[in-house]
Amino acid sequence: MNNITKSEKKFEIVIKPRNRWFDLNLKELWLYRELAFIFAWRDIKVRYKQTALGIVWAILQPVLTVAIFSFFFGKLAKIPSEGIPYPVFAFVGIVFWNYFSISLTGSGNTLIENENIIKKVYFPRLILPISLTLTPLVDLAISLIILAALMVFYGFAPTVYSVLFLPVLIIISFLASAGLGLFLASINLKYRDVRYALPFFIQILMYLTPVIYPSSIVGEKYQWILALNPMTGVIETARSSFLNVSPVNYHLLLISSGIAIALFLFGVFRFKKTEIFFADLA
Amino acid sequence: MAQPIIEVKNLSKEYIISHNTQPYYTLRDSLTQAAKKPFELFFKGRSKKERFLALKDINFSVQPGEVLGIIGRNGAGKSTLLKILSQITPPTRGSIHLRGRVASLLEVGTGFHPELTGRENIFLNGAILGMTQKEIRKKFDEIVNFAGIEKFLDTPVKRYSSGQYVRLAFAVAAHLEPEILVIDEVLAVGDAEFQKKCLGKMNEISKDDGRTVLFVSHNMGAIQQLCKKALLIERGRIKMSGRVSEVVSYYLSDNSFNNECSVDLTNSPDRLPRMKSILTKVELKNSSNDLVNNFSQDNDIFLQIYYDGRNCNLLAGAGFIIYSQEEVRVGGGNTYMMFRPPHELPKLGSVIFKIDKKQFTPGCYSVTVSLGAHEGALIDKVERCISFVIEPADIYETGYLLTHEDGVCSLSFSSKINSLE
Repeated sequence: MNNITKSEKKFEIVIKPRNRWFDLNLKELWLYRELAFIFAWRDIKVRYKQTALGIVWAILQPVLTVAIFSFFFGKLAKIPSEGIPYPVFAFVGIVFWNYFSISLTGSGNTLIENENIIKKVYFPRLILPISLTLTPLVDLAISLIILAALMVFYGFAPTVYSVLFLPVLIIISFLASAGLGLFLASINLKYRDVRYALPFFIQILMYLTPVIYPSSIVGEKYQWILALNPMTGVIETARSSFLNVSPVNYHLLLISSGIAIALFLFGVFRFKKTEIFFADLA
Repeated sequence: MAQPIIEVKNLSKEYIISHNTQPYYTLRDSLTQAAKKPFELFFKGRSKKERFLALKDINFSVQPGEVLGIIGRNGAGKSTLLKILSQITPPTRGSIHLRGRVASLLEVGTGFHPELTGRENIFLNGAILGMTQKEIRKKFDEIVNFAGIEKFLDTPVKRYSSGQYVRLAFAVAAHLEPEILVIDEVLAVGDAEFQKKCLGKMNEISKDDGRTVLFVSHNMGAIQQLCKKALLIERGRIKMSGRVSEVVSYYLSDNSFNNECSVDLTNSPDRLPRMKSILTKVELKNSSNDLVNNFSQDNDIFLQIYYDGRNCNLLAGAGFIIYSQEEVRVGGGNTYMMFRPPHELPKLGSVIFKIDKKQFTPGCYSVTVSLGAHEGALIDKVERCISFVIEPADIYETGYLLTHEDGVCSLSFSSKINSLE
């Protein structure tokens, strides 16, 4: 709280039983912005400590995943890939899916993992899950570079068109994972079951998202179920724009953005409502 | 008078604790419990809920630049109060007006990451405590100097000694610059030299920089050294507030648990863990065998320890330790010192220690009693279970009255004045 309102001469706060209404306190959040980056920096720093390969893991993990998927789903199961070489096809999905799943797991568990800090120091609690959706952006960046290399290898030139879509897709992924993550984080403190259920949930969700298959293999009738999942729109748009095989489905993209924003608002609302009791529950 | 920087009004904090109605013992029980578990979510009310008031109607205010000590037994509500003040948990009723920025240090080294180096942890911990990176960079050298870890700056803190760790953690916190600093029992860690350094730094913060400090400690010496005013909290209420010396003496003498001259020890909360409950009672008496806990410096003190060791076959000796109000271990005695080994105690009985007069200065003292086996192994030990007050007397017969500032014990000495004219 040290750096709040440096400029204001009169500083005064009133601690009262409980905020009657929903108060985002964006000003305070802004003052603590540094802390979010510090937490993200900590998680990145700590991640590959005492490993022999270090940062290489950030490259190895997506590459191995795509290799395994290409072998089992592409070669053996012969999952169609809309005429695109399967590794490129799958990797576009994996890049965004990995970001989504890592930031969802991270933000969902962050309060429990940092409970000692929550019990001892005050700061806007939103900082913690938000910082965990920032950390995997680094992995996303690394994966995107690998993707670019893979595309060049298979003869797809990254277009200006694809670069324009990229920030939109990242923002949608961020909003969706942060929204769900915030919601899960707030119930995780009370019901630790979330921690054990989350990996299964993410796995099921992956099969409900066209990561390793094209959405076209799902019948016309059930397309809307896929569309409810914001990551469907992200991955489909990425494939259309990066690989330039089919026109971008703006309709789908719009639905995904809408749902991602709704998820985010819902998550923030839930989180803020329960926030003040975190220290008692932890 | 200026507007108070902290104003606490009718503050209460309620916790709801739920009891498990049936503790399960057998595997079968725990299996049926486990089967029921998912349904309990929908059929609430299986477990009994109880309201627990951790703080009741707390009212006090603090002026800018004041250092307020908060004392009380474990579980009295001190930490809850600090948590509410630091906005970690909300109050149930009442309000607090803070007219300044608060930094709280409820624990030393919150958020330290063992894998990160000292340098990295300074930035991490500083940010968690509310410093900006710019501020930390400005104070970095000062922090490192204070902690005395220049050589280990780039070593992961998991390889630090516990002393280095604590020094670094305190150093970061000590360089915060809030208007109000809230500190909970941080001196409990660290060695004597470190404690002295911390006290010095805290003195500097309050006296030189004129910042307001709230300080919780069990170390009465530190409280008296740092604070002018103190607050005694007992079972969630303010029992007393006022000048530090008065509150501390009151706390030590009129503690609801040990203001008696005869204390039943069978279920004492002060018994050390894993001890057999053999000590039954402890009493303080004067030379005419009256139960008292006020002694003149000119009185002998009789400490009688009762025990029941009928289902214990190793009983060999009994002892006591006396602590001053600053938690200084003044001294102690035991039967091993008085009787040549091997000696044995009767299975059921009592031991009386006579502590000679004119050994203490006026003040409060608390007593720990223990029973031991052969080779000095402990069987039972109850800490600070009874206390007594020493009142001034003219022991030198010169009219010079000793005070507690003269020391914790009064030396017996004589003097002879020679003229070299």
